[in-house]
Amino acid sequence: MENLLSFIPLDLPLIVQNLDRFLQGVGVTLGLTFLSLALGGAMAVPLAIARASRHRVLNPLIWAYTYVFRGTPLLVQTYLLYYGAGQFQFVRESWLWGPVLSQAWWCALIAFTLNTCAYTTELLRGAIVDTPKGEVEAAIATGMSHSGRLHRIVLPSAFRRAIPAYSNEVIFMLHGSVVASTITLQDILGVGRWLNGRYYLAYEGLITAAVLYFIIVFAITRVFRWLERRYLRHLERRRDPVVRNIAPPMGVK
Amino acid sequence: MDLLLEYREQLLAGLVTTVELALASLVLSVTLGLLGAWAKLSANRAANALAGAYTTVVRGVPDLVLIMLVFFGGQVTVNAIGTATGLWDYVEISQFVAGALTIGVIFGAYFTETFRGAILAIPRGQIEAGISTGMSRPLVFRRIIWPQMVRYAVPGFGNNWLVQLKTTALVSVIGLQDLVYNAFSAGRSTGALFTFMAAAFVIYLALTALSDLGLRALERRYSRGVVRA
Repeated sequence: MENLLSFIPLDLPLIVQNLDRFLQGVGVTLGLTFLSLALGGAMAVPLAIARASRHRVLNPLIWAYTYVFRGTPLLVQTYLLYYGAGQFQFVRESWLWGPVLSQAWWCALIAFTLNTCAYTTELLRGAIVDTPKGEVEAAIATGMSHSGRLHRIVLPSAFRRAIPAYSNEVIFMLHGSVVASTITLQDILGVGRWLNGRYYLAYEGLITAAVLYFIIVFAITRVFRWLERRYLRHLERRRDPVVRNIAPPMGVK
Repeated sequence: MDLLLEYREQLLAGLVTTVELALASLVLSVTLGLLGAWAKLSANRAANALAGAYTTVVRGVPDLVLIMLVFFGGQVTVNAIGTATGLWDYVEISQFVAGALTIGVIFGAYFTETFRGAILAIPRGQIEAGISTGMSRPLVFRRIIWPQMVRYAVPGFGNNWLVQLKTTALVSVIGLQDLVYNAFSAGRSTGALFTFMAAAFVIYLALTALSDLGLRALERRYSRGVVRA
């Protein structure tokens, strides 16, 4: 084992020594990612409904919000809030400054939440709009009210159909959370950069960070695969033995 | 506003760098995407596995981590190899090269999936018909697969490009003087960080909005002849 390890040109003992720091970093990353996903997701539901129902006033406003937040980098959004807010006297004098707006963690959380909320709103809107018309008509025919239709028929079906797209959003948000390390937070990448800076290393901190992120993404995809199998079973393609037995031409799978 | 005008050259230079970086990485990622789609769809097991590993690793690790690994680690590796083999002297990897390479490779994985999906969207019967009329494989690709693949790939392509363009902002973290970096340093030295970050924000929005318009025109052009229900 000793011999085997010596072939790896990384200072493994140093990484092990600092593992507790990395685990704290995992905590910061997961905390920011999942808190912003939960908050942004909760806000996205009413926004998506308003957008899908083509509300005359709300729809254009929400569209503008999602367009702006989807059209700019998360890094710039976070900088704007964290570095930008302090430019104004009235912000610095407000009660929000001390506990919230001067704090990197809160700024990251707010920026991430607004960002993921914009993307989630649009993907939920798409899922709601794609509800098969027959389902809605059946609900109307059985005399369901508008709100009954929404929470018994439209939303459950839309949430299910949004699962694959949402799994991408979760992974993008996890990837995006590295922005936290650029505003001084010690997330996974923050710890990796700290380790590299402190011991003047090129790889150890960053490779450890990469491995940790990889494990988290792997776990997320597993969870979503399970969710898809459970909630999208009715949409799985029926295996058609006739089609399956045709030999693929030119090696195309 | 006066402040922005005073620093307009710095902002403009940053904008040019951002656009150059985005375009350079786009060329690389489209190339890798075509290769990757070919590898994923080919009957060759090794090519399958390689392309699978490529897309999995890239999807699993955040962009900035890879950019930093290439920029800091790549430099050391290249020079260690140079010293060991004596083939080259000290090489410095610039922020631009590290950024364009890494972002190009990352989005190559996303383009791989886009192109793979587009090829799979072509009805199998058309390819079989091509083969049965005696077309060679390259001819089937050129006449049947390629023109339709482009049509199916345009929406995914557009999406990837918009994400890619925004991702280039991360290269400012390793010190490339792009739009974010220049806006930030101008804001720092004038104490008007909000003004300058807001300017960067608006410029990015303009870039993505323009791309969006261009992509819609492209989509219309390539879906001529498709009847919409």
